[in-house]
Amino acid sequence: MGALWLFLLLGLVVVLGLCSLNVGASRMNLLHVLTADPDDRISKILFVSRLPRTIALILAGAALAVAGAMLQMMARNRLVDTSTTGPMAAAALGMLVLAIALPQGLPLWGRFLIVSAFAAGGILLFLGVLQRMPLRSALIVPLVGLVMAGVIHAGSGLLAHHFDLSQSLRAWNSGDFSAVLRGRYELLWIAAGLTGAAMLLADRFTVIGMGRDFATNIGVNYSLLMGAGVVLVAMIVGSVVVTAGVIPFIGLVAPNLVRLLVGDNLRRSIPLVALLGAALLLAADLLGRLLIHPYEVPSSNLLSIGGCVVFLAVLLQGRAKWS
Amino acid sequence: MVLTSWRSPALRVLLLGVLALLCMVGFMTVNVQTDWDFILQYRGSRLLALLLTACAIGISTVLFQTITHSRLLTPALMGFDVLYVLVQTLALLVWGGSQLAEWAPSLRFAMQVLVMVALALLLFRLLFSGSVRSLHLMILLGMLAGMLFRELSELGARVLDPSEFGISTGVPQASFRRINTQLLGAAAVALTLGGLLLLRWWRCLDVLSLGRDITINLGVAHGRVVLGIMAVVAILVSVATVLVGPTLFFGLLIANLAYWFTGSQRHCWTLPASVLAGIICLVGGQVLLEHVLASPLPLALVIELAGGLLFIALLMRGVRQ
Repeated sequence: MGALWLFLLLGLVVVLGLCSLNVGASRMNLLHVLTADPDDRISKILFVSRLPRTIALILAGAALAVAGAMLQMMARNRLVDTSTTGPMAAAALGMLVLAIALPQGLPLWGRFLIVSAFAAGGILLFLGVLQRMPLRSALIVPLVGLVMAGVIHAGSGLLAHHFDLSQSLRAWNSGDFSAVLRGRYELLWIAAGLTGAAMLLADRFTVIGMGRDFATNIGVNYSLLMGAGVVLVAMIVGSVVVTAGVIPFIGLVAPNLVRLLVGDNLRRSIPLVALLGAALLLAADLLGRLLIHPYEVPSSNLLSIGGCVVFLAVLLQGRAKWS
Repeated sequence: MVLTSWRSPALRVLLLGVLALLCMVGFMTVNVQTDWDFILQYRGSRLLALLLTACAIGISTVLFQTITHSRLLTPALMGFDVLYVLVQTLALLVWGGSQLAEWAPSLRFAMQVLVMVALALLLFRLLFSGSVRSLHLMILLGMLAGMLFRELSELGARVLDPSEFGISTGVPQASFRRINTQLLGAAAVALTLGGLLLLRWWRCLDVLSLGRDITINLGVAHGRVVLGIMAVVAILVSVATVLVGPTLFFGLLIANLAYWFTGSQRHCWTLPASVLAGIICLVGGQVLLEHVLASPLPLALVIELAGGLLFIALLMRGVRQ
């Protein structure tokens, strides 16, 4: 069952990736690469713009989906995501603070580390609030997360307005991959490495999802693993926000759809989660490029629409359970 | 004697009224340097817009909280403000900008209010027909619906006009400084109409807050009255949104201020108190930020932040109990 879905999703990612290579403001045919000399205009477009963009989409989508699945295990709730609980908003705040404090700019590494630190702060804040709250209903967790993300968002709005950076904040908050060229996306390979690490740790995180007592009981170092989880998720969020901006809802939609297909065992499902995340981001970006061709709709806009619809459907489906 | 009369809601509402009046006088007179004709015209129209906004948001929030029996739910939280923005964008998409521009702005406004009322009633029927019982689920659904409407209108704005400028005005943030004074007259008429409609059910309001079963027991046609009041709420939300843009937490803030300050459940006190609290927040806040502190911070953002923190506090208290 799992293997079948794995092949199907892999095929989907490949097909979408090929489409992504072919779609853009200038027309091209992939087969052209085989015949023409490697230095003409079309090959340049392919290797400088289209291929980096497609790779960036696949890496970012997979990483965000896995980060979402991990956060869900850490918060012990299926209805949360890095974008709906604060980490993404905190990372955007980090970009803003960087632009205010160091307007001359930092090297990419510095930016990545600082923005990741902000994202880690967002995760810790969220998990801390959850710990101090009696959790009587499963819905209070995503609700508190949404409101916290909203408050961080409003705070950064005030800050941005004061320093005349509202336009930039808007750009960071509606992430898209139109500015990705060769040399501007390589940070995402770090996210890919982190995704791999998360996949190796997947079964431990399944245990984390069963709670502190259970995890300690079967010999898992709970605090250490939670710390590792926070660092992994924060660095994935940081690398994506620095490269493309806020990309919402992938970490919510992909794990929940996969859970419908193959169930709750994270070790078995996490490759599917990563593939589905990549496919979702590829599809959103493709649609955004086609919708008002030759202009573009940011993928974050389309993902928000799709993600809201899925989230609403999930909530209404299970409303009897949650009342 | 003094103590007991201090507890009476009438006196407290009166106090709020005096404060609101002081704010209005301050708004019109602080830092006047040019001639009065200009001041009257410029500040007068802005003051009128702020008053209309405070009325619309104050009344609609209290009414909505009465018919939903909750002090956490507000029309803005359930996404109704952004729904109006979506209606505006859809109207542009369907009829096209140039054709729509030929219509009088007030006629356009009336059309959009009608569509808005229909959509709001539909949504309300869907959500509050008893199928959703958990308050938290309701808030979550509302916030997600608001997000969905916002992103949809943003998408609509992008499709309409892909250049950057069009996008930045796609879903306007609420602003109490840059007010749409062109539609003041139409907004005032709509507000009056909403108020007249409300008068029909004025006597039922206090009964409604007792709960659905008691209301029916006391001989009020619950379903019909609630739908009527929801229509009034939709009209008022349209008025507020067309004047200042979509807010999120402002209504929650002033309605809860009103409950807390009057300490009363009766609508003859809470409704005016909520409106007056809105006037104090908007007009007084504007005077404070613009003239006293000379700060460039937009009042709307400050209010949203304060309202957001209040919302978290209310939510936490609700969870703890």
